[in-house]
Amino acid sequence: MDFKLTDEQRLFQTAVRSFCEREIKPYAAEVDETGRLRREALAKMPDLGLVGLQVPEDYGGANFDSISSALAMEELGRACGSTGLSLEAHNELCCMPIVRWGTEDQKGRFLPRLTSGEVLGSLALTEPDSGSDLMGTQTRAVKDGGEWVINGAKVWITNASLAPVIVTLCKTEKDAGSRSFSLILIETDRAGVTIAPPLPKMGTHGSPAHMLTFSDVRVPLDNLLGQEGRGLYMVLETLDSGRIAVGALCVGLAQAAFEEAVRYSTERRAFGKTLADHQAIQFKLADMATQIEAGRLLVYRAAWAKDQGEPYSKLASMAKLFTSEACERAAFEALQIHGGYGYSREFPLERIYRDQRMMSIGEGTSEINRMVIARRLLEEAGA
Amino acid sequence: MHIAVITKSVPDTEAVVSVDAGGKLLAGDKLVVNPWDEYAITEAILLKEAHKAKVTILAVGPEQHNEALKHGLAIGCDQAIRVWDGALEGHDSLVYAKAVAAAIQKLGDVTLVMFGRELPDIASDAHIFQTARKLGWNLLGSVSKIEALDFAAKTIRVRRLVEQGTEVLSSRLPAVISVLKGINEPKYPTFIGIRKASKTEIPVWGLSALGLDAAAAQGQAAVTGYRELPKREGAVEIIEGASAQDKAAKLVEKLFAEKVL
Ligand SMILES: Cc1cc2nc3c(=O)[nH]c(=O)nc-3n(C[C@H](O)[C@H](O)[C@H](O)COP(=O)(O)OP(=O)(O)OC[C@H]3O[C@@H](n4cnc5c(N)ncnc54)[C@H](O)[C@@H]3O)c2cc1C
Repeated sequence: MDFKLTDEQRLFQTAVRSFCEREIKPYAAEVDETGRLRREALAKMPDLGLVGLQVPEDYGGANFDSISSALAMEELGRACGSTGLSLEAHNELCCMPIVRWGTEDQKGRFLPRLTSGEVLGSLALTEPDSGSDLMGTQTRAVKDGGEWVINGAKVWITNASLAPVIVTLCKTEKDAGSRSFSLILIETDRAGVTIAPPLPKMGTHGSPAHMLTFSDVRVPLDNLLGQEGRGLYMVLETLDSGRIAVGALCVGLAQAAFEEAVRYSTERRAFGKTLADHQAIQFKLADMATQIEAGRLLVYRAAWAKDQGEPYSKLASMAKLFTSEACERAAFEALQIHGGYGYSREFPLERIYRDQRMMSIGEGTSEINRMVIARRLLEEAGA
Repeated sequence: MHIAVITKSVPDTEAVVSVDAGGKLLAGDKLVVNPWDEYAITEAILLKEAHKAKVTILAVGPEQHNEALKHGLAIGCDQAIRVWDGALEGHDSLVYAKAVAAAIQKLGDVTLVMFGRELPDIASDAHIFQTARKLGWNLLGSVSKIEALDFAAKTIRVRRLVEQGTEVLSSRLPAVISVLKGINEPKYPTFIGIRKASKTEIPVWGLSALGLDAAAAQGQAAVTGYRELPKREGAVEIIEGASAQDKAAKLVEKLFAEKVL
């Protein structure tokens, strides 16, 4: 067993860290205030591979392994939750399905633009009346001549206003059970696509999430991604992989909270000594560091299994479940250590606390991930 | 058209530096590329792009300096060389300069040597002057802009920041220059560069490869020990008084007594 990163992974981690420290972290508060990602930073990302982490080089990506991608997501999360979330959705939820199931023509049409640093991509699953229960998807796509005609509504769609194309889960068959759904590539400039203003939300303000409506939107039949009727299965595979990235994002957010807590507790004095000299505070720091390390190892473990071609669905759900909850505890305790200043907008903890909250909701709630883990482990037990 | 840029891994400027009971310096184990060198490396790459030059990045030191060299490769330097020999352990700046100069001469066709403004770990730039002296080349220090460079005509014109203002200076090549912050916006590594750098084996040139003998590695100056800075003692005093005027008068009196005014 070897826990060392390869030379390439380590150099990449260092490079992404210094990029984030200069281009993203100093602007995180502004991104949160204004609700806008920093386009200048985005424009510089292609050279480092951040907007095409696992996209082949022929299409403008960097073709990294899952561990390297996780390293990048952690650094992004450490610098800015909004930027991290948008980049996660872009890379894992939009680029990856096109890489995995796209035809040469589809890859050529969409990936070079998606990896340009000018746009970010989206995946649209959630609807006003169905989230966790994807079988409840109502958005309909029907064939009409050489085209799909799409009608329906989606909600919470990250990056939609920045996206040239949205990978959309549609119902394409009436009563075929889990085979009733397909993924369709919908360009956002098609007639009938309406993207509402960003939804007001608790955190990740810089990462826009939108309500979308499709009314008689027409796209060519060859905008179908992968096989007709396989949409739900493709989505589940996409979410498995995305959960590793969300896990890494959570480790980054927790790490940021932890670093702020260490800094503050070694400076702030109470009762004649620094906060860090009080054992009750030391125990909080020790617990945070332990949980972060455990979470990071779970993320690496899941990423490694994926890179080895082993089953990783259970590990990915474990990583996402554990890190999203560890991240909330870390943010809670770090804010607590800051006392009143933790609650102040002038300190980063208030933002980190809000940003991390969605991590146990998006890409499978904690409950859904527990269901996935239980189903897999019972399968393994032959139950 | 061959540029050599010299770099070094140094303790992170944010690291807490302390001295242990035995007088040994503890600076944390995290090393970073000398922040000043980031400007020199970027400038070398910009010149490479503009003049189709070749860039070699060079460091003197044990294996941990490979990190700075690989960073340089990842940004776009063409080759990296590490100069090291057990005999160089504990070297002073003159020994360092001799080693750098010998490596430049071994490279053969270098006409421009670039340094970051100083080494922040020892807060010194002596090695830059000494390297130029050992090579017998002109030194242009504190360069804030390279105004013109002509490899064919062997000339360079730079803008230097001097105490009273700026100075524009021309020189023949070969030359040694040191660059300031602000000469450019440091480049980040690219994933293509990172991939290349991670696969590169960095050659190590020892004393014999450089044609130097043990005497050349004999320093003239040696560090004998470190001490912690004396603790700063200070006290806060709140001046009481009936009115603002009264308080101000008392403050002025105290400042006179302390010879601050
Ligand atoms: C900031 C943000 C960004 C998002 N980005 C995207 C995006 O880009 N694309 C996209 O498609 N969606 C996105 N989402 C939506 C997200 O994926 C859903 O919110 C999530 O899947 C949960 O669905 P829901 O909100 O409909 O909740 P529901 O499914 O209605 O669940 C409500 C509660 O019930 C629980 N629950 C549901 N079923 C069960 C069960 N069987 N057993 C026990 N408990 C259960 C859930 O865990 C949850 O606690 C985003 C959400 C947020 C907050």
